[in-house]
Amino acid sequence: MTSVLPGENVPAQHVNLKLGPGLLQQTSVGGTSAIVSTRAGEVQHSANRSRWWIEGNSRRYSPAPQESVVGVVVSRSGENWRVDIGSAHMATLDGLAFEGATKRNRPNLKVGSLLYARVSLAHKDMEPELECFDAQTRKSEGFGELKGGFLVQCSLKMCRLLLDPQHFLFPLLGSRFPLESAIGMNGRVWVSTKDPRQVIAIARCIEAVDPDGGGMDEAAVKKFLTTLDV
Amino acid sequence: MPRPPSPSIPEKEFVYGALKQSLRLDGRGMLEMRTPTLSFGPELGWVECAMGKTRVLAQVDGKMVKPPPERPLEGMITIHSELSPMASNEYEPGRPTDEEVTLTRTLDKVLRRSDAIDKESLCVLAGQRVWHIRLTIHVLSNSGSMVDCACLAGIVALKHFRRPEVEVEGDEVTIHHPSERAPVPLSMHHTPFCLTFAFYPDADTPPLLDPSHLEETLSAGLLTVALNAQRELCVVQKAGGIPLAPEDILKIMDIAVTKARELDKLVEARLQEDWKGRHVEVR
Repeated sequence: MTSVLPGENVPAQHVNLKLGPGLLQQTSVGGTSAIVSTRAGEVQHSANRSRWWIEGNSRRYSPAPQESVVGVVVSRSGENWRVDIGSAHMATLDGLAFEGATKRNRPNLKVGSLLYARVSLAHKDMEPELECFDAQTRKSEGFGELKGGFLVQCSLKMCRLLLDPQHFLFPLLGSRFPLESAIGMNGRVWVSTKDPRQVIAIARCIEAVDPDGGGMDEAAVKKFLTTLDV
Repeated sequence: MPRPPSPSIPEKEFVYGALKQSLRLDGRGMLEMRTPTLSFGPELGWVECAMGKTRVLAQVDGKMVKPPPERPLEGMITIHSELSPMASNEYEPGRPTDEEVTLTRTLDKVLRRSDAIDKESLCVLAGQRVWHIRLTIHVLSNSGSMVDCACLAGIVALKHFRRPEVEVEGDEVTIHHPSERAPVPLSMHHTPFCLTFAFYPDADTPPLLDPSHLEETLSAGLLTVALNAQRELCVVQKAGGIPLAPEDILKIMDIAVTKARELDKLVEARLQEDWKGRHVEVR
């Protein structure tokens, strides 16, 4: 696996080439196109070499469409809410972009509420836009306000690992005590359990398993959990 | 981003609820400090202090200057600290925030005005030549207790620094290069250590020592105490925040005395360890 820095050419060639996160196609004047990396990391591709992407880690989020994120409401501007999702610009959330919301019947959000939303529009020079429902079905599909619980910050690679159903951490924790979580692709994870000690244990485990903070493996996490009284 | 938004409602409620039960987010005890890790650089007077994720770099430099006419017999000490966006994305260069002003003033009080360094020993030739010691503090990362970490890094750097040996014959001053004669440590009266305690609006929540970034943001008041291992109080600083009863403050002082002693032992041990590994000998 080769490591690249932003701006390097990547030799990606296929009939049905699909570019994933971190790659950009640049067409120069002569008509030749080159595939250039926009992030630092390792170049990876699928088995039949049709899909290519860059696997890297960072803590700063760049919004991309159709990604689920956890945001904090910052202020209200008219009908819309301004939400901080950790990106360079604040995101806008339409006050009516919730399941069953009409002009008379709006959700009651306050400054400081946590939301689980999907990025509906994201261009690099515009403010990203969010929605709290599925645009096709108009149903909430799990998006909306998150009440109670706690917010844990982690690196972007960690939240991608947590979203993978094969990863060991959440099943391991879930087997010890019931927990509810909402994982945002912007490096924020909301967790809620009955006992504050359990939330603290989850936060410390996430920090320990994070590739930035040491990358503990499963056996070490099990030993770590026995030291915390959960 | 000039100012990040204040913590969300669930974070606030969770932290207040957990602190009521004396549970901290990183699993520490309420009065447990993060153990500082001191690393010394190749030069003398270069120290990096890390307390958990808070990291501060301190560097000491000395040069000979002509003293001002109103104080011809004392050396000069200046402390330069500026917060850059490297410390946190809340800080912008050129625009001092409240925290930055607090940091500069606390460093000034703890390291300069508490007379930690003997200024008269810095005088070489009265009215003509004195040492001007410059301490520069760079905050690399702020994860709570930045002031404590900066003061610790500063005082350890001053203890670590060695100035060149100087010989005075009549009106002639000769500075010996470190390779000719071993450099000399600064003459220090005492070693102050800084400790920050955080208080919360709920009366049942006891005070916290060494708050993390989130705990600091959600606190209702901060009390900074600087003292040395000989139980001498140098600085007490409380800028606003909720009122405290005298008994609370006296209890805090007792705790601070114990911690200052521990820090003193740690600093001495690390300085000895580093000194053994160094070659500052003269042939």
